[in-house]
Amino acid sequence: MRDIDPILLAVLNGRLVQIADEMDATLYRSAFNPIIAEAHDACHGLYHAKTGATLVQGTTGLPIFVGAMAFAVKAVIDKSNQDGNLEAGDTYLFNDPYDGGTHLNDFRLVRPLFWDGKLFAWLASVGHWLDVGGNVPGNFNAKATESFQEGFRVPPVKLARAGVIQQDIVDILGANSRVPQSNWGDLNGQLNALDLGERRVHALLKDYGEELIVSALDVLTARAEKLMRANIASLPDGKYSYDDFLDNDGITDAPLSIALDLSISGDKMRLDFSRSSPPCDGPLNIALSTTVACCYVALKHIFTDVPANAGCLAPIEFVIPDTTLLGVSAPRPVGGYTETILRVIDTVFGAFAKVAPQRANGSPFATINALSLSGWREHGRRWVMFCFFGGGLGGNPETDGLNHGNNPISTATIPPAEILESLYPVMFTQWALRPDSGGPGFNRGGLGAIYEIEALAQGATDVSLLGERGKFPPFGVNGGKSAALNRFIYQTVNGEHTPPLVSKVTDIRITEGQHVRLETPGGGGFGDPLTRDPVRVARDVTLGYVTPAAARKDYGVVVGENGAVDTVATAALRSGAR
Amino acid sequence: MKLTSVLGVDVGGTFTDLLLFDAGTRAFRTAKVPSQRGDESAGFMQGIAAVGTGVDIGSIVHGTTVGTNTLLERRGPKIGVITTRGFRDVLEMRRRDRRRTWGLWGDFIPIVERDFRMEVDERTLADGTIRQVVDEAAVRAAALALRERGAEALAIIFINSYANPDNEQKALAAAKAIWSNEFVSASHQVLPEIREFERSSTTALNSYLQPVVSGYLGKLEQALERQSFKGQFYIVQSNGGVMSTATARRFPVRTALSGPAAGVIAAATIARQAGYHNAITCDLGGTSFDVSVIVDGKASLAAQTTIDFGLVIRTPMIEITTIGAGGGSIASVDRGGLLQVGPESAGSMPGPACYGQGNERPTLTDAHVVLGRINADKPIGGKLARLDVDAAKRAILTHVGSPLGIDVLKAAEAIVRVADARMAGAIRLVSIERGYDPAKFVGVPFGGGGALHVGAIVKEIGLEVALVPRFPGVTSALGCVIADLRHDQVQTLNLPLDGLDIAALDRRLVAAGEEVRSVVCSAGAMIERIDLSFEFDMHYVGQTHTVAVPIPVTLQGGSTGITSEVIKSAFETAYAASFSRLLSGLPIRIVSLRSAAIGRRPTLDLSTFAPGPEATIEKAKKGTRPVWIEDAWLDTQIWSRLDLPIGAIVEAPALLEQPDATIYIEPGLRGRVDKLGNLIVERALK
Repeated sequence: MRDIDPILLAVLNGRLVQIADEMDATLYRSAFNPIIAEAHDACHGLYHAKTGATLVQGTTGLPIFVGAMAFAVKAVIDKSNQDGNLEAGDTYLFNDPYDGGTHLNDFRLVRPLFWDGKLFAWLASVGHWLDVGGNVPGNFNAKATESFQEGFRVPPVKLARAGVIQQDIVDILGANSRVPQSNWGDLNGQLNALDLGERRVHALLKDYGEELIVSALDVLTARAEKLMRANIASLPDGKYSYDDFLDNDGITDAPLSIALDLSISGDKMRLDFSRSSPPCDGPLNIALSTTVACCYVALKHIFTDVPANAGCLAPIEFVIPDTTLLGVSAPRPVGGYTETILRVIDTVFGAFAKVAPQRANGSPFATINALSLSGWREHGRRWVMFCFFGGGLGGNPETDGLNHGNNPISTATIPPAEILESLYPVMFTQWALRPDSGGPGFNRGGLGAIYEIEALAQGATDVSLLGERGKFPPFGVNGGKSAALNRFIYQTVNGEHTPPLVSKVTDIRITEGQHVRLETPGGGGFGDPLTRDPVRVARDVTLGYVTPAAARKDYGVVVGENGAVDTVATAALRSGAR
Repeated sequence: MKLTSVLGVDVGGTFTDLLLFDAGTRAFRTAKVPSQRGDESAGFMQGIAAVGTGVDIGSIVHGTTVGTNTLLERRGPKIGVITTRGFRDVLEMRRRDRRRTWGLWGDFIPIVERDFRMEVDERTLADGTIRQVVDEAAVRAAALALRERGAEALAIIFINSYANPDNEQKALAAAKAIWSNEFVSASHQVLPEIREFERSSTTALNSYLQPVVSGYLGKLEQALERQSFKGQFYIVQSNGGVMSTATARRFPVRTALSGPAAGVIAAATIARQAGYHNAITCDLGGTSFDVSVIVDGKASLAAQTTIDFGLVIRTPMIEITTIGAGGGSIASVDRGGLLQVGPESAGSMPGPACYGQGNERPTLTDAHVVLGRINADKPIGGKLARLDVDAAKRAILTHVGSPLGIDVLKAAEAIVRVADARMAGAIRLVSIERGYDPAKFVGVPFGGGGALHVGAIVKEIGLEVALVPRFPGVTSALGCVIADLRHDQVQTLNLPLDGLDIAALDRRLVAAGEEVRSVVCSAGAMIERIDLSFEFDMHYVGQTHTVAVPIPVTLQGGSTGITSEVIKSAFETAYAASFSRLLSGLPIRIVSLRSAAIGRRPTLDLSTFAPGPEATIEKAKKGTRPVWIEDAWLDTQIWSRLDLPIGAIVEAPALLEQPDATIYIEPGLRGRVDKLGNLIVERALK
């Protein structure tokens, strides 16, 4: 490895990251479906020519993809070795979740980047398409028992040959979706991003020369590894276990365990998931590559200073047996992968809280609540409103948890209610913070939310939901308490109901004037709630974050009618609680 | 009274800069006095005393940071919000974002907390249908309750009011009847545009600023009156245009980027009069580096900005890209061994290590001092007598040199290079990355430190030349003097292009055009003419983002003559410029209409500021000083910049000093004084 002047290295690093960021921005601005355009469910980067390892990743892409993309590029490398004849302007397309994918909605475009007639690196773009067929619009089919019920699967195929789009492939894609125009628009947005990335990398190579850029990429990867090792080495050696649970697999009402044994030895870390539940019948399975990717996300949230490239995974050993639900292959259904990866991330947070309790945060709400409302417009046109919802983040050493944030796998912003109402026949009757949903703690967990949606369509509105945390709440750390559970309520002529599997349903139909309501979890608390300053508790009561009853029960604080702390009653209550 | 004289006053974080210009006699005066944080009006009046008295001044144009600072420091009053039942938490829930991509810590406290946000029964649907008429009694009760709790301003924000403001108007009337001051507003007045969080945030921040900005302007007006000032008083907006103080009181949120916008306007004008129509303006201050791009003499406008996490303002503003790299930015080596400069800053207090005010970590300014580029005996602004070179060296050696295993001079040079690279990155972001060829742009560095980096700006970006204005330190004040009057307005339309009722659309354009024109007319300023412009936000149906589409029509004889064909072709041109592929065959939609009226003020001839016959090379020559350049101490010529005559050539290496800035000309470049007194920095002839 050639030694590079540290100043030049900083300059090149800035240029490279900027290229990936700009690819992200190009797709967001030209995408069709709000999951990419508003929620930024996409990612771009530059990957190693031979191994597919992540070289450079943007700062704005969806965090989960940052870990997953290397596997996607590797899948394309293997396929292109079989295909042969790789040339400039070729672009592969695929969504196979078992071969470097995540779930069927995530379409990957992978393009070789040539320089001087040789393959220099790969550029890749991934984005979440709105609908890819299957039994449920939007594809979060909580009842799927086979991949085929979740949508159509595409292995790596050459979408473009030497710059020419293969229209027959585009036609096949179009015929297999409820919203072909939206997918076509997104596909074009991804091509726009790759075009731009290719131009930018070529300009960089022209400015600095290939040899220097290759060396810089090597050095940056080595530095990320060094930084990660330094982080791990600063933690005490030992084995730390944390088990968390998924409510059920959408088919059978039985919990699934995600069990982590995290070991630290010197500057190495081992993440062993062997004790986790076996593969399940429903869509809560994930493939090995997805499990690795989400561990990466968890570690990046803990060690925020490590750059996003392959180097930071070098000191980590993974044990993910294919006898667990975290290492499945086709055709096990994986459509609910978001819930499983969030729980895997929680176990990393939970184990880390045992390693270093003072540096831990309570579990975030950790369920995406993929809610789909759909129906028919005039002239037989389909409408599908598909959205993920927010919740609270965990209390942490510095502050209370953030109210209504997004999940650790995502930087997604939520579409505005006004945009949703202008596009679909729905009316929100509530879009509010949910009192008492944050886990009690010295620093309280952030609040979850309540979203209530009334159907305005004269015909039927079909509802499906894939969510979690309905039975096992987000946990607190360092003495902090759990947050509220996830709740879903739907209305029929007989009044309000809650589904038996809590947040996994596919077959609900409501009519004009009826509503559904989601009440999302907050984040877990940090530290003993009985040590929280009573004045802060009283403030929470004044603001309606915490009810007076919960202030007594969870915090041992009595708040008077005037909103002030009743110090005598509080002291008595708190001394009794200890 | 000299009606022809205009005073520009820019109150920045550290200094208040003034420029008094008399268009009749072409006489001018500049001044720089310390700002007074917290009582900006005191610094303002001291500045006026430094250039003359109220009687001498025809009109005053003011660039202010009062609004921005109030938001950043959260020092506004309690205000109340009345909103649709079910939606009082919109302001606090934001768009479900978080502070950083990586790391889940941190919270958010909205500027209006939950107990000051109340709900009433009312509902408008997305198509404008009133589903439930507002309960006016409930509005009155809520307003009374909020007033009792101490709210000093009131914002009424209803869902979908962009589509039909009826309910908001009724609520406004009901609330006004019982409210004790004029600070009651509704979201359709501030921003009749779709997206409830952005509209709520902009409206609430506007209400939050109303009492503060209004009080501040009142204080200034009283003080000016005591000085017998009888002229007009204007405020610079974030869009680079000027508005009356009456409009500023209604829309204080439009002052968020007041000062920086004035600087960009001035830099653009200076470049244009020097013969450059494409410019990249670079303002290097204490904590940040602000870059803006001027194409064909025009600054580009952004639709919204985030002042701080969760504090979003959506109103047209000059697009300014800011990075945390200023004179006070701290240099450090991270655990991976990479040298970083910024974004952490020592600010102006305690300031760089060489200020000797308690900071011991090295800053960019310290590096310049150690390299001999900043004169330690003559600090800018005159607050300190001299700078502590040894303290700067100590800081650099301890925090950068030792960790990287290099000596103090190499370390100082490295700090400057990394800062140069970050600035170059910011410039690249606004130019190359948007498809502009930097070779066709002139760089205009201003602010106290911009000209120290002029070499990097030219060399690293591949600019042909850079232009250092004659008075780089008072550029924003000059911008106040020359900025045009302007009023912007937006309205969400949501109209498909297919089957468009073109006559109805034309009527909307005419009405909007007349409305913005009347705001500019009523400001009572001396203007030559009013230009109207129309822009649609458009997209293919299905997309949520839009592209800005300038519509090439003019309003005359009660019509704009707009046609569907004109709109479609304008859209396709704009779309193709942003993205590589048009999506032919897909339906197209007009989302919003943006109208602007610009009242053109008489052109100010900048040759007024050019050096006179008294300026000579001999007078300008001030001896030499050793400067560390490319691994050696070189004896470097020092020049008194303001004494250089027109046409003077300055060979590298050279340092040009003036009271408000230092210019460094590195080997490979040379400087030339143009006919307006600007210093043109270009590649030396081989």
